[in-house]
Amino acid sequence: MVVGEIAAEEIDLLFHALSDSTRRDILRRCIQDEPSVSRLADGYPMSFAAVQKHVALLERAGLVTKERRGREQLVRTAGDSVGRARRVLDELEADWRGRVERMADVLVEVPGA
Amino acid sequence: MSIVSVEKDYDRLSLTLIVEFDAAIERVWQLWADPRQLERWWGPPTHPATVVTHDLVPGGVVTYVLIGPDGAKSRGWWHVTSVEPPRSLGFIDGWANEDGTPNPEMPTTRVQAQLTERGPGTRMELRFLFESREHMEQLERWGAFDVLPQAVDQMDDVLTTDGGEEWEKSTYTSS
Repeated sequence: MVVGEIAAEEIDLLFHALSDSTRRDILRRCIQDEPSVSRLADGYPMSFAAVQKHVALLERAGLVTKERRGREQLVRTAGDSVGRARRVLDELEADWRGRVERMADVLVEVPGA
Repeated sequence: MSIVSVEKDYDRLSLTLIVEFDAAIERVWQLWADPRQLERWWGPPTHPATVVTHDLVPGGVVTYVLIGPDGAKSRGWWHVTSVEPPRSLGFIDGWANEDGTPNPEMPTTRVQAQLTERGPGTRMELRFLFESREHMEQLERWGAFDVLPQAVDQMDDVLTTDGGEEWEKSTYTSS
């Protein structure tokens, strides 16, 4: 497989995080503002715990970070998605540099038919 | 072997790698066409590959298993999209579940290999493009994510319409 396991997992987390409309809405709010988890929770017809869970998924995907301020937890966008795209491609490049080197070895070691 | 060029497009998540081998085109083609040769270079030294099925025809399937140092197996597959021996091969590479069926949750990579004669040797151009059907539009907007809040709004539109096919069409005709 082309993608290294770590990178593939990262992409998987990202896709999963973005696959839910509530999470996309939370993300949208965090881009515009730095809401606290409790303020976010006020905006949705669901429990505080459920909203917290959504935020945790976005956090695991590297899309937002949480920062404690007093009694509140502020949520802001992480701004590292470009860096992640870079890492995914860099890893793909490293994988295939390895592959073409091994191809050259095979060309030498295995006589052509 | 020498690497002629490496080009990465971070917006499109594509990579183009051009290499030259001191071997005839037919010989280089065997690296792909002979499963026993393929498995010698496909997996990294830490994860040797075993090619299980190898049906290198358009619409055909190649399946393989990578075995890690701890004995853990990772299964993968190719869906072959085009084959023109000894010049070109196109396939989609993805992960499989334990039972060998494709895992749709995982991202896939489209691979295009193009071989041309270069004196006594062979030039091989490899193009890679990440794709994951319905998710790909999202991925494309990754780069714009940090600076364009409206990208998130657009994502909702993409997710409610099937943008995948259109994306594929535009990509392959423009590149």
